[in-house]
Amino acid sequence: MSLLDWIRPRASAPVARDRLKILLAHERAFRGQSDLLGVLREEIMSVVCRHMSVAPDQVQVRMDRGQSVSTLAIDIELPSSPGVLLAAGS
Amino acid sequence: MAQVLVVTSGKGGVGKTTTTAALGAALAQQGQTVVVIDFDVGLRNLDLVMGAERRVVFDLVNVIQGVAKLPQALIRDKRLDTLWLLPASQTRDKDALTSNGVARVIAELKQKFDWVICDSPAGIERGATLAMRHADAAVIVTNPEVSSVRDSDRIIGLLDAKTEKAEKGGRVDKHLLITRYDPLRASKGEMLNIDDVLDILSVPLIGVVPESEEVLRASNVGSPVTLCNPSSAAARAYGEAARRLKGENLPVTIPSDKKRLFTRLFGRRAA
Repeated sequence: MSLLDWIRPRASAPVARDRLKILLAHERAFRGQSDLLGVLREEIMSVVCRHMSVAPDQVQVRMDRGQSVSTLAIDIELPSSPGVLLAAGS
Repeated sequence: MAQVLVVTSGKGGVGKTTTTAALGAALAQQGQTVVVIDFDVGLRNLDLVMGAERRVVFDLVNVIQGVAKLPQALIRDKRLDTLWLLPASQTRDKDALTSNGVARVIAELKQKFDWVICDSPAGIERGATLAMRHADAAVIVTNPEVSSVRDSDRIIGLLDAKTEKAEKGGRVDKHLLITRYDPLRASKGEMLNIDDVLDILSVPLIGVVPESEEVLRASNVGSPVTLCNPSSAAARAYGEAARRLKGENLPVTIPSDKKRLFTRLFGRRAA
């Protein structure tokens, strides 16, 4: 067992270092702007609600932060009955 | 001119109080006059770590509220006569510390001491921001572990934004102290190594305190580790850090696993 450890050490420190680097790069960029995700969610909701009636839990905002590319996914579950869609332009 | 030093970290349990006691004692041993202040209102522990828990009569909040005068609340260390303690209160009222009150106490202490060392509570709430408020310099205590490093980064941001110095366009001198470092685990890639932490936080290193049973022993008996066992690796690391704080230019000793290499090669087979 100890021989195996020597040949193939389970080095988790590099993983820790890389995770920290990515996380802190983002936290530093958004420092001072508290709860970016919460603010985005609120504002997107208010825009969506102006045009259709959806419950708050039908809007999902997800963020995935990568070293070079980050994605923001907004998933809105539209109501099935046509009556709840407000007329465009109203 | 007195130096105000804050010992801070964000995360709890990384060794702020141990460090405050050890650095305070080390500076006093090196001929400086030092006062250490416990800012952890409601959860005071610096008195216990320094072995003065049975001598607390008045505290920081009493002084701020005018119940006691500053000299009445200061406790002189029994081993070092240039080391003093201003304990925190055990009140549960978190608003007991006022901004003006803290400013007044620190200003008064600066007249009497070479070093005013503020032991910050964990977190980023009122107690922590008041502890760093008047600092000229900061020792950021970090464990080589992800949550501690992340919280240290947050605290560094606060030191650069929320201190009196920063607001006046100046800079708090920041120093990184890595504690609970295990050179063997770091060499095996099981623990963040010193370079990783320095690379991530970009704050100059003031010392590396190895994981040591001497630190626990010192707190058990209520004596700063620099007094309890001056020849231990932890005490030497703190002693050197204190000399660097005074402006001496000496290289940081990085604990190595040389001693344990033998055990690693031959000891394990027997175990």
